[in-house]
Parts: sequence; C-alpha cells; structure tokens
Amino acid sequence: MTPARSQRMIADTPEIGEVTQALRDRLEAIWETKPGFVGWLASVDHKEIGLRYIVTAFLLLAIGGVEALVMRLQLIGPDRHLLTPEQYNQFFSTHGMTMIFLYASPILSGFSNYLFPLFLGSRDMAFPRMNALSYWVYLASALFLYAGFVVGAGPNDGWFNYVPYASREYNPGLNMDIYALGMILLGISTSVGAANFIVTVFRCRAPGMSINRMPVIIWGTLTASVANLVVIPAVSLAFFLLWLDRQFGTHFFDPAGGGQPLLWQHLFWMFGHPWVYAIVLPAMGMVSDGLPVFCRHPLVGYTAVALATVATMVLGFGVWVHHMFATGLPGLSLSFFSGASILIAIPSAVAIFAWIATIWLGRPILTTAFLFFASMILLFVIGGVSGFMTASVPVDWQLTDTYFIVAHIHYVLIGINVFPVVGATYFWFPKMTGRLMDERLGRWNFWTMFAGFNIAFLPMHLTGLMGMPRRVYTYPAGMGFTTLNLITTIGSFLFAAGVLMFFWNVVKSWRGGAEAGPDPWKGPTLEWAIPSPPPPYNFAVIPTIATRHPLWEDDLDEGRARSTLDRGMTLAHGKEALATTSLDGEPDMILKMPEDTLAPLMLTLALTLLFAAMLGKLWWLAAIGSGAVLAALIFWTWPRRQLLEREAAVHG
Amino acid sequence: MAEQVISAPRSLPVGPVESHGVGWNGMACLIASEAALFGYLLFSYYYLGASNPRGWLMEPHPDLHLALPNTLLLLASSVAAWWGERGVRQESKGQALAGLALALVMGTVFATVQVYEWHAKTYAPGTSSYASLYFITTGLHMAHVVIGLAVLAMLILWIAFGYFSPLRRLPVSNGVLYWHFVDAVWLFVFTTYYLTPLLGFAR
Repeated sequence: MTPARSQRMIADTPEIGEVTQALRDRLEAIWETKPGFVGWLASVDHKEIGLRYIVTAFLLLAIGGVEALVMRLQLIGPDRHLLTPEQYNQFFSTHGMTMIFLYASPILSGFSNYLFPLFLGSRDMAFPRMNALSYWVYLASALFLYAGFVVGAGPNDGWFNYVPYASREYNPGLNMDIYALGMILLGISTSVGAANFIVTVFRCRAPGMSINRMPVIIWGTLTASVANLVVIPAVSLAFFLLWLDRQFGTHFFDPAGGGQPLLWQHLFWMFGHPWVYAIVLPAMGMVSDGLPVFCRHPLVGYTAVALATVATMVLGFGVWVHHMFATGLPGLSLSFFSGASILIAIPSAVAIFAWIATIWLGRPILTTAFLFFASMILLFVIGGVSGFMTASVPVDWQLTDTYFIVAHIHYVLIGINVFPVVGATYFWFPKMTGRLMDERLGRWNFWTMFAGFNIAFLPMHLTGLMGMPRRVYTYPAGMGFTTLNLITTIGSFLFAAGVLMFFWNVVKSWRGGAEAGPDPWKGPTLEWAIPSPPPPYNFAVIPTIATRHPLWEDDLDEGRARSTLDRGMTLAHGKEALATTSLDGEPDMILKMPEDTLAPLMLTLALTLLFAAMLGKLWWLAAIGSGAVLAALIFWTWPRRQLLEREAAVHG
Repeated sequence: MAEQVISAPRSLPVGPVESHGVGWNGMACLIASEAALFGYLLFSYYYLGASNPRGWLMEPHPDLHLALPNTLLLLASSVAAWWGERGVRQESKGQALAGLALALVMGTVFATVQVYEWHAKTYAPGTSSYASLYFITTGLHMAHVVIGLAVLAMLILWIAFGYFSPLRRLPVSNGVLYWHFVDAVWLFVFTTYYLTPLLGFAR
C-alpha cells in the first residue's frame, strides 16, 4: 500500500464537484440494489425498506379494518350473535393490537425511513443494516402475533391486556403467550428503529442544517424515537414477566404470592402513554410540513411548534396514571396526574394555533392532501377536548370503560394518525413513484372518509355518555343504544368505502398516474430538489444548507443566505456518506456505508426461531435459536476492511 | 460556515477513527435502552416493596460476605478492561490482551459466584413476589454479563488477529463501554437488593 493511499484511509479533503452524468453513473453503480430475489432480500436502501414498511402497515390497516367491520355488524342491532363472546373478545383485542402496534407506529416508521435521508440531505440512514433488521423483525412479529388469531388463539383481553384476566388461571390457552412473546419481538424492531432515527438525526444531516433548520416531522420522529427507546423496555418487561407468571409460576402480578395486578397497569401505561404520543407526533409533523406547502406560506411559529413537540413528550412521561384513575389510587396521586394531563393541552394547542395561523396567512390551494391535513386540525380538536375532559378525575370515573373512551381514542388515532398519513401519501406519493395520485378520485376519497368517520364516531360519544360499556359483545333492546349503534355501523362502512377508494387510487396512480416531475407541489425542503423517484444515492452532491426552506429562498427573500444544491461534496470513493456535528451540522466525518447484506434477515430468522421455541417450551430448539442469534451477531459485527472498522489483517 | 464547506473544504476523518463514529452513538442508544430496562425492574421492586405489608423481604438482613467482594471484583474487571483498551490505544498488544483477558476471567468468576449464591438461596423464583423479583432481576443482569463476556472474548480474538490500531479501534471502545455498563448497572441492583434492606426499606 502506498503512503498516499494509506493516508487517504484516515483523513481526506472531500472533492467538491458539480452534478454531472458521469458522477451520477458512478454513484448509481456503487449504490444500486443488486438484481434478483437475493438482491431484494439483501437490500439496505432506506427507500426500499421504507416502502416495504408502508405497504405492510397499510395491509395490516386493511386487515384491522375488516375486523372492525365484523364487530360493527355484530353491534348493528341488539342481541345479534354473528360472533360468540369469545370470538368477539379476540376480534376487539386483535383489532386494537393491529391498529396500535402493527399499523400506527410502523406506518410512521415507513414514511420516516423513506423520507429522513431525503429531508436531511443524506445518502442513507446512519445504520442501513439495522434499518433492514427493524423491518424484517416487524414483519416476523406481525406474522407471529397473527398466527394465534388465525388458529383461534388470538389475544382476548383487549390491547392493554390487564391481569388477572390475562393470567393463566383465567386464560389457560396459548393466546396470551403468543401475544406476550410477539410483543417482545416487536419491541426489538421498534427499539432498533428508534435508535437509528435518533443517530441519523444527530449525525447525518447536510452541512449547514443546524437543528433549528430541520423540518418539523424530524422533530416529531426524533421526539417519538427518544421516547420509544426508553419506554419500550417497560412493555417488553411487562410482557416478559407476564409470560413468566403464566408459564413458570412466578408472582409478579399475583396477589396470592405478594404480587400486584396494578404493577401490570403501571408498567403498561408507563409505556403506553408516551407511546400514544409517539404515534401522533410524527403525524403532526407531517401536517406541520405538508400544510404550509399548500398554503404557500412557511409554518407560523416553527420554534414554538418544535418546542411544543418536545414539551408534549416530556409531559407525556408524567401522565400514565390517568389510565388508572378508577383503580383506587391515593388522592394526591390522582391530583398530580390529573394536573399533568390537563397541562398537556397547552403544547397541543400551540401546534393547532400554528396550523390555523398558517392557513389564515397563506393562500390555501385545496388539494386532496390539503383537505386531509386541514381536516386533521378539526378532528384533533374534538379528540383533544374529549381527552381533556377525561383528564378530570370525576368525569373519568363516569366515563371510563364506556364508548366515550372508544370515541376519544378513535378521534385521536384516526384523526391524528390516519388522516395525516393519507394526506402524506397524497403529498409524497409523487416523490416515491414519480406519479401523481388522481385528484378527482382524491376528493371522493376525502369526503367519503371524512363523512363516514364522523357519522361513525361522533354519535359514539353519546353512546358512551348514555352508559354503554365498551367491549361487550352485544346489548339488549330498550337500552337506548340501538339507533346510535345503527348509525355508527353505517358510518363505519362508509368510512371503509373511503379507505377502499384510497387504496384504489394508490394502485391506479402507481400504474398510470400523471408524470409528477421532481417538484410537483413547489415544496420548500430538500426532497423536492432531487428526481422522482429518487436515485439509489439520493443526492449526487451533498447539498449545503443555509436556511430552513432551501427551495423557497428566492420566493421568501428573507436574507442573502442561499443554500447550494448543485455543487458540493461528491463522496464517490465507494459507498460513502457525510456525518455532521449534532447541533450545528458542520462536516465531521466521512462514513463508509455497508453494502447490501443478508445478515439482518438471518438475524431475524434466528430470533423468530428462538421465540417460537420459547412459545413451545422446546428448550433444545431454543438453544439452537440462541446459537443462531449469536452466530448472526458475530457475522454482523465482525470488523470489516470495507467499513474501515479495522486495519488490514495481519494474522498472528 | 455554509459557503466554506464548498469553497474551503476541511480535511475530514474517513470511517470511524479512535472512539468516534456513528457506532459510538448507536452503542449509547443501546445502553440508554438497557438502562431503562433495569430502571423498570427496580421500579417493580420498590413498588412491590412499598405496597406489601412487613415481612415481604425474604432477606431483611442480606448476607454481604460473598456479594460485596463479588461486587468489588466486577468493578475491578472494569478497570482491567479499561487498561486493556489503553493497550490498544498505545499499540501494546500484550497489554491489550492481558487487560481484556483479565476482565474476562474476573467477569467469569463473578458469574460463577452469582450462580453459587442462587443455589445457596432457601427460596426459588416461585416462592413469592420478592423471590421472583430477586431471581429475574439478577438473572437478567446475568444475561447481560454473559453477553458482555462474549463481547470481551470476541475482542480478544480480534486483537489477537491484529485487527486494531490506535486509530481503528471503535469496536474495542464500544465493547469495553458495554462492559462498563454491565458493571455500573450491577451497582444499582446490588444497592437495591443488598443495601436498601439494611437501610430499612420494606423491613
């Protein structure tokens, strides 16, 4: 090795260049996913992984939706017996599990995975292989969790799975064991993904993108990821302890042995409430970034919205007991958590006023995406107010476990997750596929979903106020619930028809939508500066950022500072990306990025084998599974020359 | 600043240099998440301890004869691992191998003593919620010790292969950092199970 080449291995002054076809060809050869089925399995391209996440999560949304429709048919009138009580229990539990764990969070991970490097001006995520791992483990855990439901052993105790009903004494089948182990497996996926988002935000931004210039969705996903990283262990631990209680006779939740059923509720909601924010904050970020584009006006109060995002999560760690107001806790505890839950309305309101002000000051263009984003504000207010109401202890005592809570959670999760996500699909679909979605069908799509949703869930508040308890498989005539339930069922089918139109629009537009070009909406952020769909390397040269809206600088004319998008570091000595400093975004290091590899898939298969063996208590198989996990990890972490993790091998 | 990135680019390190690299950030995330896990385990202990009547503790006066020296041994193994990492930094392969091997041996002795402690207990995981917590908390810590020992073993192998230099050594720094975490978190477990009863918690 020549001294010059050896020197290049340690430090180098990056070449600065223009975007040329020769450079593009060179980068294409370096970054493209290899053809064929094995190449597909081995891909670590964040765009590929993001799309897989999005497609899988939407499929699960459809499955969870069908479960909901079956339940609505059951409840269409009094004394219906389409489902037995046990089947009904499994349906509502699986519906909750699917929507909350397998759709709401993964869909946001999908969008963030696809968009993060594009927003940040990076070539990929910080850990491309971990990115692939988080998707494969998500897929494996979804199959694992659904395996029980398919054979009639799905979870049957609601998504939050309270003991003692989840204990073996009352639930002797495999239902809860599958749910417990599947959730631990899913937790691995979420944690790995969260770590990847955090490190990507802090280390992989374009030079000049200081943290006050990041798009708001980055703030949302960053905040959610930090929360996930520290709260997922709570739920994984809770499910692990439950499995031990059920299968090995420990006494964590069993009062007879000095355990506490409330320990389950504490551990679950210490996770559960931050998690609720984790599945809405990135979606709120979608609105904060998408809405201004259609208002032709920058988001009003960027700093306030970013800080409100963080404040929501900080407060969100201290409100979990409001799910437990009716469990007989001391008055002081109730007062504290009630106060914290009421306080959290303030940062939420900051975001709402910022969006309203943005529409007010801008010149709104009523695209389908705009309709979805703007309607979210209304739905958020309704869901927020019903949440604010139940933050008050006396009100909660009246309403807990009624349909009022069901209405609240659906306004929050459909209103602040599904509506922004569908809007985001209309908004970023052209970037992902190079084609526009059909606007005419889009209007039908929006108004059907909007009308159906409100017809289904607005009356449900009343159903709850009249006292109908949630999670009952039927109700007798003459209770005053009949008409309201009929309306809800009609609304839910209308809503489902709207969702179908959305899926149809995606399929139709993917095949033959109008050509979008790189920037159909005249957006302000970096993803609109590159072709649609983006090339495997995203940016031919690393952009240099001078403002919060690199593509709107001339229109806004806020100062002399201009970003440079067509000239910059070329980083074409192999698969390379730029690392920057955490706060100021100054160039810090040239990263060697890993090639496509089957290691993430292998590790996933090994983990799945291990968990299946634990479920069946096949300890010899669990030993094989553990060995396979160890082997996959050693293969993965073995220091590689290509990644400059070690010097040239000098054996001996 | 922004213009200088293009007009006057600085020389940048290529790939992970010394202990700097995104891998370090990843390890920090892993440790944060694992630390939270132990936080929830200890929360469970204090919660059940506070909500149960007196007599919940199976060992109101914990025996420190083995546990205290064993704790000191584990802490000393962190020092040995640090000394081994210093060997890599100073290009002294002998010191690197000796330090990490010493840490490996000390960690193995810790684990062996811990297994002996388990066998010496008069109760089993199914005896009561205290017993369940004791065995599962120390058991999960043991799982981390075993993973840490495997990491140390791999590092010894890779150092023996001559993979690392003072500049290229991120895997060593990360692995040793993980071992420090395994040792540090034991201090919290030890304090909870062996010291707080002596201070009067739940006694």
